Amino acid sequence: MSASVNSSFRPLSLTALLIRFLGSMNLAITLLVAVAIASIIGTVLQQNQPYPDYVIKFGPFWFEVFKSLDLFDVYSSVWFLVILGFLVISTTVCIFRNTPRVLKDIRDYKESAQLKALRRMSHGHEWQSNFSRDICVERISAVAKATGYRLVVKSEAKQLIVAAKKGSGSRLGYIFTHIAIVVICIGGLIDGNVPLKIAEMTDKIQVETRNIPASQVPLVSTLPIDNLSFRGNVTIPEGQKANLAFIDFKDGYLVQRLPFLIAVEDFRIDYYKTGQPKSFASDLIIYDKELDAPLYKTISVNHPLEHRGYTIYQSSFGDGGSELRIKLWSLKGANRSDEIRVVVNTPFALSLEKAEMTLEVLDFRPINVNPDISGVKKFKNIGPRFQYKLRTATGEATEFINYMMPVEKDGAKYYLTGLRHTPAEDFKYWYLPADSEDGVDRFMCFLALLNDETRLKEIALSSLPKQADSFLSMAEDQELVAQFMVALIKQFVDGGVGLISAQVKAAVAPDKQQEISNLYAKMLHHFLRNVYWVVLQEEELDPTLGLSEFDERFYEDAVAAVSISHQYDVPVYLDLVGFNHKEATGLQVTRSPGKMLVFPGCLLLVVGVFCMFYLPQRRFWVVVSGSQDNTELFLAAQAGRNPYEFEQEYSALENALLLQLGTERTD
Amino acid sequence: MENTIDKDYKTKRRFYQCRNSADWIWGLANVVSVVYALSQYHMLMDGFEKAIIVCTGLALIGFGWVWQTIRLFVTGVALVSLFAVSRYGVMIDLGKTDFFLKYMLASQSAIMWMSALYVMATATYFFNLLTNKSFSGVVATSLTWAATGMGFVGLLVRWRESYLIDPEIGHIPVSNLYEVFILFSIITALIYLRYEQRYKTRSMGGFVLTVISAAVAFLLWYTVERQADIIQPLVPALNSYWMKIHVPANFIGYGSFSLAAMIGLVFLLKGKMEAVAPKAFLTQRLPELTLLDDVMYRAIALGFAFFTLATILGALWAAEAWGGYWSWDPKETWALIVWLNYAAWLHMRLTKGWRGNPMAWWSIVGFFVTLFAFLGVNMFLSGLHSYGGL
Repeated sequence: MSASVNSSFRPLSLTALLIRFLGSMNLAITLLVAVAIASIIGTVLQQNQPYPDYVIKFGPFWFEVFKSLDLFDVYSSVWFLVILGFLVISTTVCIFRNTPRVLKDIRDYKESAQLKALRRMSHGHEWQSNFSRDICVERISAVAKATGYRLVVKSEAKQLIVAAKKGSGSRLGYIFTHIAIVVICIGGLIDGNVPLKIAEMTDKIQVETRNIPASQVPLVSTLPIDNLSFRGNVTIPEGQKANLAFIDFKDGYLVQRLPFLIAVEDFRIDYYKTGQPKSFASDLIIYDKELDAPLYKTISVNHPLEHRGYTIYQSSFGDGGSELRIKLWSLKGANRSDEIRVVVNTPFALSLEKAEMTLEVLDFRPINVNPDISGVKKFKNIGPRFQYKLRTATGEATEFINYMMPVEKDGAKYYLTGLRHTPAEDFKYWYLPADSEDGVDRFMCFLALLNDETRLKEIALSSLPKQADSFLSMAEDQELVAQFMVALIKQFVDGGVGLISAQVKAAVAPDKQQEISNLYAKMLHHFLRNVYWVVLQEEELDPTLGLSEFDERFYEDAVAAVSISHQYDVPVYLDLVGFNHKEATGLQVTRSPGKMLVFPGCLLLVVGVFCMFYLPQRRFWVVVSGSQDNTELFLAAQAGRNPYEFEQEYSALENALLLQLGTERTD
Repeated sequence: MENTIDKDYKTKRRFYQCRNSADWIWGLANVVSVVYALSQYHMLMDGFEKAIIVCTGLALIGFGWVWQTIRLFVTGVALVSLFAVSRYGVMIDLGKTDFFLKYMLASQSAIMWMSALYVMATATYFFNLLTNKSFSGVVATSLTWAATGMGFVGLLVRWRESYLIDPEIGHIPVSNLYEVFILFSIITALIYLRYEQRYKTRSMGGFVLTVISAAVAFLLWYTVERQADIIQPLVPALNSYWMKIHVPANFIGYGSFSLAAMIGLVFLLKGKMEAVAPKAFLTQRLPELTLLDDVMYRAIALGFAFFTLATILGALWAAEAWGGYWSWDPKETWALIVWLNYAAWLHMRLTKGWRGNPMAWWSIVGFFVTLFAFLGVNMFLSGLHSYGGL
């Protein structure tokens, strides 16, 4: 007792102290918890988003705070890697400290255990038998072997000790699992971006943030072919080649050179009959100097290509420069449509009546399978769509999404065009009613008329009663009324019903407002209807015969569309009339030598875990003493981790021994 | 357990030396089934799938040798499923007209039966706990077996149905939240039934079955509100043999952890009751603390082992589908958090010797961590595992 007190007071050397600290269970548990908490942060806060998104979300102050803590990229932050590093060190120290003891424990039968110690054990039984010592030992051995124990016998003058044990697997399991953790972590660190981080800190590399062609990226942002481990992406249009990949890093990217050329012959999407995508596949050709002939291979999701330690995965797809034929419908001027041809991702200068704009088509998708509006889990292909930006000379851009075909809603068909001013918003859709030919022509004709003051006035005049007895008999009165009508229409087009009622509110006494509003609404409706009649007449229909159900519905939808048209604040509607689709495949190229460690480590971990739990270590001792035909036996065993389970095993063992060696009990 | 000692202490050390004739018949039946399946359908399977079916056969043989009761269960489930499949023939529409299918064995009907039986079993277990009528205990256990059987039949028939709808849509029914909730229920129930038999007590049943009833309630809501029971084709990323092993392994983990949490609850309840009313009927009815502690440990150990395996299988799959074995995707990360949590639990118990209330509380907390990894991630966080969404 005193010796141990002394030893704990003896000052430890610094190294010993450090080792004790690093190998302590408390540190290990703390580190496990720390990794867990850091991981939680990384899942709650979306990682690796563009910086502006974070500024919008958290404001500039918290953005800076979070950025300085590396919270936007927790898993490759220095502090996280340091915690992981400590976990590896702690586990390693633990292995070094405990392995010798564990190995000794595995080998040791503990046959020299003192009787005193055996008597203190949780389980024990003493009895007498009239078998000789040899027979006792023989039968104990048999029982032990039958239950999977191995044993040694130690003879002393007065007594024999049979020491048995089994299930060393759990002890080996301990070593396996802990080595596995270290191996997996080291493998993971090799494949992580630690080397990149170091290179960046020492200014060996520099992140490229500009949107420039790969050929113009400076050498300092380019990683050499001998880079051991990386994970990059490259998008290759059909019929083109690439020998590099882009690595996302911080707020920019790096270019990784590849020792071979990847050519994309074709990219395909297969669909189920229900319309959902079934597979994404690319036909690749690898040109490599080390190959005698080019390597042809089709890759798809779950079926990557491995080549010289590089793995090429199907990861995304996009447009590879499709050519779109687009009809431009002026929304502010005369009814006129020009047709243009644009290529996706190639800016196009648009000269409109009142403005010069740049059209940037961002994406084109020929097939769009959306959940059916009916709500039941059915899907429907709603046809091609394209996404574009219109950028003014001052650089302001509005983003649009337009569909080529009309979409059915509540029994009528509409062309959808969505608009948003910032990427953070959702698209707001404008529903343009489709005419009987499934086009936008009739609506555009209607809108153009509403924008054409001269024609409007003509229509207004012609619609006014001509009879002499009318109070509007004077030409100048008629002129005034027509002017008023045109102004009313202009207000409606420029600001919808809202603008008209605002005007009423501003100009009319409160008690008359309701009356005037109703009057205006009636006049507006009447006049809009007259305009619509003209549209129908221009289509060589005769509205005097009565409007069909379709034309009636169209009218209502068209008026509704016009009433919100002011929110669609660009002067042009783009109507996709044809396309020549060209796809691009998004490939991920990785090189991860760390998996040569990680995968064996994983195997070791699984084996270790199962050994640890399902091969529990068990020991028992039988002390055989007394004379030849009156032996005294003493059985002792210690419950280990799960005493309840051991209880059953022990009683089975005890019963077996008593059965074999007499049941006379001494107590 | 597998080693027996008979009267003339004959050495029966080897596992296979302890087998009796029933064991060999069981083994043979499984071998024959696997060989038949391979000979009939080998042209429809790739190498991995053949390996999986062979390993499944071997696992079933071992499982049946260690746990005799399961043989009867597996045989029953197989026969009933085959009967259902034979009723279907090649006509998916028969599910709406054929009497057996419509009312019992079409996957949706079987799952409804499973749901009803689990709820009944839960009530019966509690009745048994509060009244000590031993017959009610037998009924509760039988109901649980029956419910589990219907759950397995439901999944197996659903597997077939997916192929009947369209061979290109066909896939193992562990691909979305609806299907894995069924899997969760039946796996948790099986693990529980094993412990019930092994520890010879039914008093934990009601508590464990409460979790399963909760899963059933969700399942019903999901069916009625979201039509989740409609069979959907697989998204390309899931179309892999890995799904067949990754998902079930994961649910052995989730099931065990949930079970451990409920046992933790019983542990706390028992502790409290002993302190407050040691002579009360209910206190006497609940199992001993050492037993509960042991069950809790065994459940967490089992769960941890399979969860480790599942996470590693997931990493291997990710390496093939997403281009890296670890991407710090929210689901992956939460799997790691769950793993770390139980690793810490096991360290505390095995090396620090912690026992009792703290461990019970911890296993309950662990359940919520697990629940978040299973459901919360899909609901609140976006990531690569998006197909598990509500």
